[in-house]
Amino acid sequence: MLSKKKLFTKGMLDISPHMLSVIPFGIICGAIGVDLGFNPYLVYAMSFIIFGGASQIVFLQLLSGGASSLVAVASVGIINSRHLLYGAVLSEYLEKLSFLKKLFISYVIVDQAFAESNKFFKKNTNEEFLHYHLIGTGCTLWVCWQIATLSGIILGSFVPEELGLKFAIPLTFIAIVVQDLKKIDHVIVMITCGLSSLLFFDAPFKSYIIISPIIALFVAALLLRLKK
Amino acid sequence: MTIVSIIIAGILTYFTRMTMVALISRDMLGDKVKAVLEYVPSAVFPAIIFPGIFINDYGTFIEINDPKIYGALVAILIGYLSKNIIATISAGLISYWFLIFVIFS
Repeated sequence: MLSKKKLFTKGMLDISPHMLSVIPFGIICGAIGVDLGFNPYLVYAMSFIIFGGASQIVFLQLLSGGASSLVAVASVGIINSRHLLYGAVLSEYLEKLSFLKKLFISYVIVDQAFAESNKFFKKNTNEEFLHYHLIGTGCTLWVCWQIATLSGIILGSFVPEELGLKFAIPLTFIAIVVQDLKKIDHVIVMITCGLSSLLFFDAPFKSYIIISPIIALFVAALLLRLKK
Repeated sequence: MTIVSIIIAGILTYFTRMTMVALISRDMLGDKVKAVLEYVPSAVFPAIIFPGIFINDYGTFIEINDPKIYGALVAILIGYLSKNIIATISAGLISYWFLIFVIFS
């Protein structure tokens, strides 16, 4: 049985490699906000209140492009609706927590924290304080995200654009799923999702980000049925 | 951009994170649903990966010989063999930089 502190530290260590992409992305996100002419305090408030990288950039871009607040807010909601799926997966491991703890821990469920803690949870179902791992991954990402967006806001785009560091985002997610390429069913699900996301890329409100996982999960359900 | 729109967007986002964790109990999800949920990472992350590689900043498809495609392939190969996140990201970025700064420049 691992102590709370050990689990928290393990979470921190497990997510830290992803900071290689989170930090440049945060800097870019902060710098874009200021570049587009928005109030720096509001740009930072997004990191604290919304706390969702891709959705923050879309929010800024839509508003600067003249979209209404309603459209921008709706897009943020739709982009982030993928968290419903993460919550459904994690609920099994978090169900013993008090309601208040669930409310707190929900705030730090982000892509990379979900991915790393879910991997850890699957291998260590017997641990009593399992959720400390998620607190470790989520809080580490939160702190880095706040610092990174703040630096982008204050210092501007000090990461040269020619480096194309936005490319680190898909790479970070490749690192998360690459080991599942061993399993043919997962490969089929991934390709379904990826191709759907390209096909529906122009769908309104950036809804490709939830349409394609739904299609992919539908294919996963079919595969499970075939397996039997 | 107003603070009100940010707060509404934040509340919406928080609800997407909290709803399933706080309001769903294990019994509400059957075994079949749980088996499908096993696929969530594989069913979600490619929707971030594919557009990040194949679609450029202007929302159009990249050329077939775009360096990002080769960078991604190198990252997949190194990631698969090394099982290491830093190695995966670095391999992808370095091969991408090598192509844009050395080969295509």
